[in-house]
Amino acid sequence: MTEPTAPLEQHGPPPALEMRGITKRYPGVLANDGIDLQVHPGEIHALLGENGAGKTTLMNILYGLATPDAGQILLDGEPVSISSPSDAIRRGISMVHQHFMLVPVLSVADNILLGEEPMAGPVFLDRRSAYGRLRDLATFFGWEIDLDAPVGTLSVGWQQRVEILKAVYRNAQILVLDEPTAVLTPQETREIFTMLRRLTTEGYSIIFISHKLYEVLEIANRITVIRRGRVVGERLPSQTDEEDLAQLMVGREVQLTVDRGTSHPGEPRLVVDDLYARDDRGHEVVHGVSLEVRAGEVLGIAGVAGNGQDELVEALVGLRRPSAGRVQLDGHDVTGAGPRDLHQRGMAFVPADRHRFGLVLSYPLTDNLVLTDYFRPPYARGIMRDEDAIRVQAGKAVEQYDIRTPSVDVAAATLSGGNQQKVIVARELDRDLRLLVLDQPTRGLDVGSIEFIHRQAIAKRDAGTAILLVSAELDEVLELSDRIGVMYRGRLVALMDARSATREAVGLLMATGGSQPQKTDTGAA
Amino acid sequence: MEAILDLPVIGLILQFIGYLVQVVVLNGGLIITLSTPIGLGALCGFMNERSGVVNIGIEGMMLASAFGAWYVASISAGFLPDAAGPLGFTLPLLIGLLAGLATGVLVSLAHAWLSITVRADQIISGTIINIVALGITGYLALLISQSSPRSAGNLSALNLPQPVTDIPVLGWLLATFLEHGPITLSMLVVVVVLQVLLYRSRWGLRTRAVGEHPRAAETVGIDVIALRYRNVLLGGLLAGLAGAWFTIEYGNSFQSGMTNGRGFIALAALIFGRWTPLGSVGAALLFGLADTFGRAIRQTPPAGDLGAVLGAIPPQVFAALPYIVTIIVLAGVVGRSIPPAADGQPYEREATAR
Repeated sequence: MTEPTAPLEQHGPPPALEMRGITKRYPGVLANDGIDLQVHPGEIHALLGENGAGKTTLMNILYGLATPDAGQILLDGEPVSISSPSDAIRRGISMVHQHFMLVPVLSVADNILLGEEPMAGPVFLDRRSAYGRLRDLATFFGWEIDLDAPVGTLSVGWQQRVEILKAVYRNAQILVLDEPTAVLTPQETREIFTMLRRLTTEGYSIIFISHKLYEVLEIANRITVIRRGRVVGERLPSQTDEEDLAQLMVGREVQLTVDRGTSHPGEPRLVVDDLYARDDRGHEVVHGVSLEVRAGEVLGIAGVAGNGQDELVEALVGLRRPSAGRVQLDGHDVTGAGPRDLHQRGMAFVPADRHRFGLVLSYPLTDNLVLTDYFRPPYARGIMRDEDAIRVQAGKAVEQYDIRTPSVDVAAATLSGGNQQKVIVARELDRDLRLLVLDQPTRGLDVGSIEFIHRQAIAKRDAGTAILLVSAELDEVLELSDRIGVMYRGRLVALMDARSATREAVGLLMATGGSQPQKTDTGAA
Repeated sequence: MEAILDLPVIGLILQFIGYLVQVVVLNGGLIITLSTPIGLGALCGFMNERSGVVNIGIEGMMLASAFGAWYVASISAGFLPDAAGPLGFTLPLLIGLLAGLATGVLVSLAHAWLSITVRADQIISGTIINIVALGITGYLALLISQSSPRSAGNLSALNLPQPVTDIPVLGWLLATFLEHGPITLSMLVVVVVLQVLLYRSRWGLRTRAVGEHPRAAETVGIDVIALRYRNVLLGGLLAGLAGAWFTIEYGNSFQSGMTNGRGFIALAALIFGRWTPLGSVGAALLFGLADTFGRAIRQTPPAGDLGAVLGAIPPQVFAALPYIVTIIVLAGVVGRSIPPAADGQPYEREATAR
């Protein structure tokens, strides 16, 4: 079922882009293993694969950011060599990277012009001549955009558009979009799709990279699936469905959604009352959030990244001191309590940035697995560590949580993202919990690991733990939550029962904050 | 009026302000002169840091260049004619100036290689430069002093004709800003040119992009490594100018450690000036003012109550004024002045390619 299907028959003009036998090896990883890819003029070609499957490597090779060890690239049937992004740009290839390649402090116009600056003489820029063309392009898409606004002040949706304007300004013929919808709301995604279709009618060929199956089925003319650096199948959307694609992508049958069952909420565990918090630069980014998480339920907080979720979570888990408000855990005031105190009261935390907060990357798994308890029995006696007890615990965790590692003594840095996350989950969840805080628990993980972590979370809920889930992935929030809240500009603008929540409704709240009177008025302006 | 000046605290403050104004009016030129090495050093830092390379080795670069300029000028003076051209330029001084510039560029090349190509810690690289420059120049100066080298003299200041300087106000302004040696004058030109280029030229746009988000710059076809090299080397040219100022313009001899922390004050000026050319040189002028003020108090102390009060303070405090101002200024602005986002981060082309 997983062997490559025969290439679809093609006649007529040569493909706009053909990549033949692309191979790229990084230390210890064969990122691309003889990949063939054909993109035809005017088509939207989806490249589907899990994180780490090799999609981004392939596109970096196409864009001259990485050099292939073997293989050939042909544009309109002609072999070409692309050794730098400027080569790629000159040959009409543009790329919208997953992490936007925009300079926040520069204006919209400067970001678009950068690298292809219109000049008045040898030294000075001629911005004025470019403005007319930029306005025409924006009008073509029906956008009103302030060319002088610093890009850093725009929403991610608008930054995405600036990226696309950048590509169009360079007269690209082939446009590569790497996970363009990862940070967008459903509404923004729809707008981007409309625009992409419009671009194909203008003669653009588009490579659309994603791991979201339903999006790929909606937008693509053709789908190439990559797994572990190899092409494992090519499909037309009309001939396939989500289950088929998921199986190709993961290599085995997967359950796309966790069976959530019914929740049996009990008494309130976490009570947050009118909480305010500031970010690192001193700006208030959490404005009076009030919420309650009850035993045996998952409260999911959705929101576009950067709407105060990070600071809210940090304020709750003891990493940031709230500037005002009250936090109660099991009826005790824990406002401003430190992480160790909270841990001892039964709180566990799976952080969004596992490299910064969850793990000490240079430490072995043994130490990482006891980071929260290393100082007390059974892992320590007095001032001495008990290595044996630590190793026993590590062995148990590796087995029970299916952590794939050559040994418990290797540094956490050497594991894949999915296995690193399992280490954190093993440490945090392996005891009786009162409250579990999950902050983007599956960011950047493969489908298999996501499935595993979601199961663990639901199992904890069913055992009576209160769970607060914060995620910018709307799908994840919808899948796991019993109740859903939406953060918008530092406020909790809505709180609803998950059964009544739809993608569209939550997406709209994420994008606009909702215009109707808010259900959970936080009482502060 | 008399009555107000006699009031205990307010009177003192008013007298102080009056004295300050008097110092500025009488010593305007000296303020600019003394801020030259700080200003040029800050511009060197500007060139480095705006493209993402931290440079705390400005002090060492200046010291090495001061030595290079002086030594080569003094050697050349042994066999070359020393007929003076405009601004006191003699052939040995010209060669000395070029040697100072070359020294600055060479030391910068070491910094560029360590921090861009080798991707070493840029703080360490700068520290090495400071230590090595102090050690080597000190040792060489000691060796050379035993043969009592002849001095090549120094560059002289521009002289405006009497009728121009006699114009009220404007004459004073022109004299203050223009009656300087060529190195100080060059700073006044360079700062304006850099300020304009930073915001209006392709070089400026690319430099800002590379200092903030080098990968974004690379993805639009900009060669990050080449741009950083170029900017660091050009910065070395400015450090070279600053160094030459010590030994062939302001003075005519070399002493061990003579830059005396001005390279570090230049860094403070860069931060205080929010990483812009005009801001940096403006901040340098503030330090120049502190320096001038310290000297004025020791040489022509104010009369009256203020003089009595200031007289009670040990004179060393006034000599330390530029450093005290540095601490106060940095305590006030650090944290609020935001450096370029990629400042100090080595760039690796395929770092996150996977």
